[in-house]
Amino acid sequence: MMKLGASASSSASLSPSSSFPSSLLAELLSSSFLFLDSTLAFFAISFFCLSLSRFLLRFAVLSSAARLFCSTLSRYSAKCLWTGAAVRLPRQPDGRVLTASSARFLCAAAGPAKDLGEMVKKDKVVVFMKGTPAQPLCGFSNAVVQILRMHGVDDYAAYNVLDDSELREGVKAFSNWPTIPQVYFSGEFVGGCDILLQMHQNGDLVDELKKLGISSALLKAENESK
Amino acid sequence: MAITADHIRDKLIKELAAVHVDVEDTSPNRCAASYKVLVVSSQFEGKPLLQRHRMVNTCLVEELKEIHAFEQKTLTPEQWDKQKSQ
Repeated sequence: MMKLGASASSSASLSPSSSFPSSLLAELLSSSFLFLDSTLAFFAISFFCLSLSRFLLRFAVLSSAARLFCSTLSRYSAKCLWTGAAVRLPRQPDGRVLTASSARFLCAAAGPAKDLGEMVKKDKVVVFMKGTPAQPLCGFSNAVVQILRMHGVDDYAAYNVLDDSELREGVKAFSNWPTIPQVYFSGEFVGGCDILLQMHQNGDLVDELKKLGISSALLKAENESK
Repeated sequence: MAITADHIRDKLIKELAAVHVDVEDTSPNRCAASYKVLVVSSQFEGKPLLQRHRMVNTCLVEELKEIHAFEQKTLTPEQWDKQKSQ
């Protein structure tokens, strides 16, 4: 849709005397790209049109109408290549570009249960939540983040289930627990927000953290006040 | 079968021999079907918190597939009495 919009707006900016057939053909070409699933074919055709039109323009023998056609075509092809690159190729958060096929391959190779087993053991404190610790997207997930922060636990693994629906369903099956957030200590399921809150209120959380080798900030504060 | 607060309450009383059940429909505060329950049952005696919650989850396994958010508090009759007197 983005590509069509881009070419539509650019055609509006063309002078009224521009030849109608050439812009129409270019529009047809770019709209046909929308139906091309193969990223490779899209780029191949765009590039072909671009080089063909540029090639033809070199020849002075062309009539002015033909020249106009070629320049319009080359402009559209270049635009398609440019916007296509921005739209078609998915980018990783750090700006790296993965082609669609390689991204799919990566996802398919990972088995959910095996991964989760490793994920919960990799770090001492693991939280599956909605949103991120910096920006929780749910009241219960936020409560878990705040409780951990109160105890001075800042170094924990947090996985955003809203980013990945497979993870969201997978972790519920893995833990045999129906809701998010979910908290793991040393690979062992602790519970959700309710349980963490009760542990915090009755002092159990400080003890559990000590077993992990984490000294709770609240314990330090309590010792200092004595 | 539509999930209602009464339906949840009845199920909890029946399957966990609960002496007291409070079911609060918190859906207006959230985006979809949400419930907050308080269950008092002697079956929770001697069981750690996680196990108690899992008992409730097992009891409501079918309903939880539809419910979006769920809060629960599980107490034994002694804990419930102590809380009431506070």
